[in-house]
Parts: sequence; structure tokens; C-alpha cells
Amino acid sequence: MERQLYTISIYTENNIGLLTRISTVFLKRHYNIESLNVSATEIDNVHRFTIVTFISTDEAVKLITQLEKQIEVIKAYYHKEDEVIYHQTSLFKIKSNLLFEEKEIQNIIKHSSSRIVTINKEFFAIEKSGREQEIKELYDQLLPYGIMQFVKSGRVSVSKTEMEITKLLKSIKN
Amino acid sequence: MEKLEVLEKKEVKKETISGAEAVVKCLLNEGIDLVYGYPGGAIMPVYDEFYKRKDEFTHIMTRHEQGAIHAAQGMARATGNVGVVIATSGPGATNLVTGIADAQIDSTPLVCITGQVGAHLLGTDAFQETDIISISTPVTKWNYQITDAKEIPEVLAKAFYIAKSGRPGVVLIDITKNAQFDKLDFEYKKCNHIRSYVPVPKYDLSKIKEAAELINNAKKPFIIMGQGVILAKAEQYFKEFIEKTGIPTSQTALGLSGLETNHRLNVGMVGMHGHYAPNKKTNECDVLIAIGMRFDDRVTGNLSKYATQAKVIHLDIDPAEISKNVKADVGVLGDIKETLPLLTDYVKAKEHKVWLQQFKDLYKEEYKEVIKDQLSPSKKGLTMGESLEAINKYTKGDAIIVSDVGQHQMFACRYAKFNKTRSNITSGGLGTMGFALPAAIGAKVGMPNREVVAVIGDGGYQMTIQELGTIFQHKMAVKIVVLNNSFLGMVRQWQELFFDKRYASTEMVNPDFQTIAKGYDIACNKVSKREDLDKSVKAMLDHDGAYFLEIIIEKEDNVFPMVPTGASVSDIRLK
Ligand SMILES: Cc1ncc(C[n+]2csc(CCOP(=O)(O)OP(=O)(O)O)c2C)c(N)n1
Repeated sequence: MERQLYTISIYTENNIGLLTRISTVFLKRHYNIESLNVSATEIDNVHRFTIVTFISTDEAVKLITQLEKQIEVIKAYYHKEDEVIYHQTSLFKIKSNLLFEEKEIQNIIKHSSSRIVTINKEFFAIEKSGREQEIKELYDQLLPYGIMQFVKSGRVSVSKTEMEITKLLKSIKN
Repeated sequence: MEKLEVLEKKEVKKETISGAEAVVKCLLNEGIDLVYGYPGGAIMPVYDEFYKRKDEFTHIMTRHEQGAIHAAQGMARATGNVGVVIATSGPGATNLVTGIADAQIDSTPLVCITGQVGAHLLGTDAFQETDIISISTPVTKWNYQITDAKEIPEVLAKAFYIAKSGRPGVVLIDITKNAQFDKLDFEYKKCNHIRSYVPVPKYDLSKIKEAAELINNAKKPFIIMGQGVILAKAEQYFKEFIEKTGIPTSQTALGLSGLETNHRLNVGMVGMHGHYAPNKKTNECDVLIAIGMRFDDRVTGNLSKYATQAKVIHLDIDPAEISKNVKADVGVLGDIKETLPLLTDYVKAKEHKVWLQQFKDLYKEEYKEVIKDQLSPSKKGLTMGESLEAINKYTKGDAIIVSDVGQHQMFACRYAKFNKTRSNITSGGLGTMGFALPAAIGAKVGMPNREVVAVIGDGGYQMTIQELGTIFQHKMAVKIVVLNNSFLGMVRQWQELFFDKRYASTEMVNPDFQTIAKGYDIACNKVSKREDLDKSVKAMLDHDGAYFLEIIIEKEDNVFPMVPTGASVSDIRLK
């Protein structure tokens, strides 16, 4: 079956060791994790793993049942690319002198709707949020001038349709 | 009733005790008064508490941690209760890993308790420190490291709840040494709810009705029963269901004994070395009803040619099993104990005489081609089939048969007769050689009034042979039958069939097993002649206490029928 990018959203208890357990589910099936983000959610003590992986629909369906089988996983969802709104953030560290010597850099920053978050004598840092492709474009443009450091976050995403996690938690409590 | 509860609650006074004592009190609160294990530095405080409570608590020291966990498995499988095993940190913990994986894949409820170095030493590569949490994560249902004594009651309560509820499995609790020494205010509350965990999915009545509809219209329905029926303690409901519907019923290896062998609807075992008829008929039935089983590849053979003509109904407690390997047309989630009686209500009473007769006819073919020559062999050497038949003759099918892994295992599954549930204990999913001897110990301890016969190959016997020491020390009346063919028989069979008889590292030069048994003061005998077989088996069973019987088997005999790897179940070979 054809593989595509899936965003897997896993709501869990906020417990130690869960990252290993969840990544084991991926490892056991030999699925590569393209991106991973763990964060708090709108619900107290509930954390969310947002994992991007390249799998088939059939695999995604089974992956969800295997994830939900883990005791501390409350609920898991899978979404195709067009079913989520997602963002990643990135930081570029660049030598300060370039900002003055290479005029083009200012244009690049302006047109990419990124922003300078800090600047000092040695370096300045640009922050760019957006989709994978936009970050990549900025990267490609800045590369010829020299990038001292580059880092990109895992994907964060919200689904277009509802993920009924709050309702679910309420029903469990009752 | 309510008043009583209030009274009881009042009586629960908090008392200040050590973490180690708390561990033992938790176990007693869970009704556990017997554990298997092996001591060592990082678990000594708990062992000290065992010592202090010798009168109410038994610890059985095996000769290796693998022996301890297989014994706990054997006990859990024979009784249906949670087995508990305890070991020290580092090598003690890692020696458990094979048993953990084995129990987890066979859905056996276990709680493993391991000692760990003090919390302040974690992550320093301290003496006997291993990260058993990471090691055991992929093979446990749940695991947790306790670093603070205060956590002990709650975590252990959770451990037992998780191990036995829903689809049972293994829980490992790692307890740092400081948490065993430190004091806590002890109060025990059993756990019966974890918000993120749904052990038993709620059934959907419409699915049950859909399933009933399919069954009512089926011309050639066929049932495969798995261990799920036994785990759910739903054997009686299962029988009522098949007797009402008259459907031919097969079992997986782990489902065996859940329905008595001689039941008129029992058509034998499915799978690679299962019976001819159920394998053949899998690809002929119009409705396949899978109950508490998971379509293991040893059962299905080539999946793309498996029951493609049939509508599949799958009853299981684990949502992850529905459509995992074989797509279910109707998946009935839930506890079989609830869903099966409902299904029985909705199905019509029927007989499938002609269809059932077809199974019996295929059995006759199998008998002629395979079974007959096992039971009344033309060969000079003894066969595994006739050995099992001799055991049947004197146990009358009432014994618990604990088999190891290899040819003898398949012979045990195929030829042993079972009248009672929980009588076939074998390592199914993992196929762990060395399982049987310690598992038989556990089965006997758990079911002291039942005859327990371990059937083991000469290879697997030597993987946990040290447990003869446990049998010796604790005077356990386990009957040990070693079917000695001087080969790693199952592997040799594959070499014969698929590797042009290149017997790479499968021939065994064995020690004198009689001398070894004598060394442990275990009564023993060796038989190689047909005329001595029956009486030596009888002498073993009549003996009061442990007994070792070595049966010298024809060297290069094979298990048939066989579904070769990659072949379809209906291409099962009789020779
Ligand atoms: C721990 C372990 N190692 C290797 C195997 C692979 N294996 C499966 S059956 C078998 C041979 C078993 O030989 P024996 O115990 O003599 O039994 P027989 O097949 O001769 O009845 C082997 C090596 C296994 N199942 N388990």
C-alpha cells in the first residue's frame, strides 16, 4: 500500500518513561519517526505527542490500536497532511557582519516573513515558523552566506476536525 | 453489608513500615502467599521480610531466574491467577527477560518484582545496575520504577490490576534499594480503575446480531478457538455456543484443553503441525468464527491464501487484534464471557451433519497416512506418538501436560488427550526451549492435586535442567518425560526437508540423564523397547513423588502433517 506522511497525535498521561514505550511501538514495526514533539495540552496532566511518520493508511490504522494498547495512552489519532493545520519553528544563527555587508540578507528576511529575535556583535538569530517547505526555502536562501547554526522543531499541529479527548476524559471520570 | 464495610475501613489503620515489608504486605493483600525467585544484593531487604513471614508466605528458590519466571508462568497458566516472580538487579533482572517475553506474547498474567541499585546511584553504571525498565518495555504490558517507598502500595496495586485485567500480561516493577529500606505509612487499596486504560471494551450488540445473522445463514461454518476462551474462563459458554450451533470446532495450540479432546464437535488443532481436516477446511468454510485467538502466522500459513473465501467473525477482548492479520468482516469486541452467551442467544439451533462428517472423513485419511504409523509403528524405534498415547492410557486425559518446544511439543499437542481445561501448558508464541521443566514445577505447585507430566526434548531439557535442584529440594511430585532422539529434532526435520539433510549443529551427544536424575535423588528409568513402554509409564505415574522417565525415540522421525513455511494451510502435507 502507498505510504504517505501521517501526523499521529497521542494523548497520554504525563508519566516518565512513556517516550520509550511509544517509540518502541514505532521501532517494533520499523517506522521511522520524521518529527516528534511532546507538549502539555489544554487539559491538566494530559500530554500530547505529535509524531510525523511515513506509512500506509492500513499501517496507520493498526499503529493507532497498538498505541492505544499502551496503558498510559489515553487516545491516539492519525491524520493525513490535508487534515491538519501544522507548523514547525526554526532558528538560524548567522554572523552579524553579514547583515550589514550582504544587503540581500535583509531582503530575504523581509520576504520570508521571518524575524530577528536577537542581535549582538558576533551574531544574530532569525526565527522562522511555518510549514516544512517554507523553512526549507529560507534555509536554501541563507545557506550561501553561511549559517553558523540551524535548528528546527518537531511539528505541532491541530486537526481540522474535533479530537474528542476532553469529552472522552469526562466520560471516563463519570 | 454497608456497615461492615464502614467497620472494615475504620480498621485500616495506617502503620509505619519499611518499603520491603510493604512489598510483602501488598502481595498478601492481593492473595499472593507464594512467589518464585532468586535473591541478590539489591533485593535483600525484601528477602529479609520473606524470612520474617515464613509462616504465612512461601518463597520458592529456583536454580536460575529463568526457572523462577517459567515456574510462575506455569502456575498462572494452571490456576488462572497472577504469577509472581522476584529477582535482584542486573543479571537477576536480565535473566527474567526470556520469561517476560514468553508470558507477554502468551497473555499470561505475571507481576515481576526486581531490585534496583539505590536511587542515588541510578545512571552511574553502579554494580549490578541495568536499565531493566528500558530493556523490558517492548515485552511488558506495563512497567514502572519505584524510587520512593511511599509509592509502593499504589504502584503494586496497579501492577496486579493491569496484569490480570483485560487481556492479561506482564508487569514489571523495579524497586530501588533505598525504597525498600525507607519507611512509609502503609495503607493498601486495591486498584480497579485507571483512567487511560480500558481493559474490557464495551461490546456492541449490533455486531453480535450481525455475527449471529452470518452464522445462521452459514452452510459451512467453522470455529477456531484460542486461549482467549480459557483466559476469559468462558469454557462453559463456549461449549453451549458450539452445541447449539453444531459447528465443527478446532483449537489453536494454546486453545487446546479449553474443549475436551473427545467432544463430538472437536475436530483438532489448526496450524503448521495441526490436524489435516481443520487446516484443509479453513479454505473451504463459508464463515470462519475466530474466538479469542490472534491469527498467529503459525496458524495461518500464507496470509494471502488464508480463508479468502470466508466471511470472518472475530471475537476478542483486544481491539488491536481485530483485523491485525486477517481482516474481520464482523469484529465483536468485548469480554468473551459476556459476548458469547449473547451470541448463543441470537443464533439458531442447528446441526451441520454432512459438513462435520467431511472433517471426520479427512481425519480418517490423516489417521491412515500419519497417525496409525505413530501409534502402531512399523519402525523398530519408539515414536513420540506412541509415547504420548501411553501417557494418555494411564492419565486418562486428566493430567496437565506441560510441553517444551520442538517435535515433542507438536506431538504432545496433537496426541495428548485433555478432559479438563488449563491442561495444555506450552510456550506458544515465543517457542522458548527450556520452558517445560520449570513451568511444570509451577503447575504442580499451583495444582497439587493434579497429575503434572512434563514432556520435553533432550535439547530443551538441558536448557533448564538445573531446576531438578528445585524439584529435589522442595520434593515436588513432577513427572518428567524426556523424549530423547539425540537430536534437536525439530530443526533437524527442517534440515532434512529444506536443507538437503545438512545436519548443521543438531546432533546431540548427551550425558547419562539417569545419573543426573540420581544425583538429585529423583526416581528414574529409561525405556527403549516397545514392550516396556506401557509399564514404565505406569510405574512413573504410580510413583509417589518426582520421577524422571527417559524414552529413547527413533532418531530421525518427523512431525506430520505440516504446512511448509509460505504455503497455504490447504496445501498441508501428510508426508
Ligand atoms: C531458546 C531456544 N533456542 C532455539 C530454539 C530453536 N529450536 C526450536 S525447536 C529446536 C529443537 C528442539 O530440540 P529438542 O529439545 O531435542 O526437541 P525435539 O524437537 O527433538 O523434540 C530448536 C533448537 C528455540 N525454540 N528456543
